[in-house]
Amino acid sequence: MGINAYLALASVLFGIGAVGFLTRRNMLIQLMSIELMLNSVNVLLLAFNRAYPGNHDGQVFAFFVIAVAAAEAAVGLAIVIAYYRVRKTIETDKATLLRY
Amino acid sequence: MTGPGTALFVMTAIFAIVGAVITVAARRPLRAAMGLLVHIASLAGMFLTLNAHLLAAIQLLVYAGAIVVLFVFVIMLIGPETETGPIEGRLVSRSTAAALTLAVFLVVASSVGSFAAPWVSVEAGFGTVEGLGLAIYRDALVPFELISITLLVAIIGAIAIARSPTE
Repeated sequence: MGINAYLALASVLFGIGAVGFLTRRNMLIQLMSIELMLNSVNVLLLAFNRAYPGNHDGQVFAFFVIAVAAAEAAVGLAIVIAYYRVRKTIETDKATLLRY
Repeated sequence: MTGPGTALFVMTAIFAIVGAVITVAARRPLRAAMGLLVHIASLAGMFLTLNAHLLAAIQLLVYAGAIVVLFVFVIMLIGPETETGPIEGRLVSRSTAAALTLAVFLVVASSVGSFAAPWVSVEAGFGTVEGLGLAIYRDALVPFELISITLLVAIIGAIAIARSPTE
């Protein structure tokens, strides 16, 4: 199984995550779709680092991506809770306070 | 790569795609979170085929152990309001967006699928706790400290945003 299989799989997973982010209106599922996209990028970084194993740069970068994803999930879920407290729903279509 | 790596890759790839589809297609967010859990666990298995042993463990600890649990906590906190209607948004815009995005990424997948780089043999210690730990603390010490500050800011920000305004 060459690196091309990993690259194709990572693009398919990124596509699934992008479709979920663009088509769902549920804020929690949109956040999970962001996690899917971040994970597919991690697969890409690790596959390239396995193909060029002179140093650990790809794995170090994937480590930082995981740390930033954790921070992003914490802040994003806090925003979801604050939004739910205002609107009593988590549909993004109802987030119209800044619209007019 | 031949042998057990190929079988593990195929198995984890199937589970990763199935978990991702469950995540974006499930109507109930709790089912989506379980799909995300399957996706993350199978990706941790896939990292093993890429000689990334420490990152497989970190993936399980941070993603399955912390992020999915955080999602489940929020779903439980909000309750049945997390389920939005059966059809979200307009059907035309939904299907157009899905078709366009899938077309773009199928083209990308088919074009990168022909990229080839030969697997070279890795030295002992590549991707293990010792190897990656040395790389982090030797070459990436300043970014490592900065990421800890980022996490601290995220913690304080999450508390400040989610705190009830009445307190």
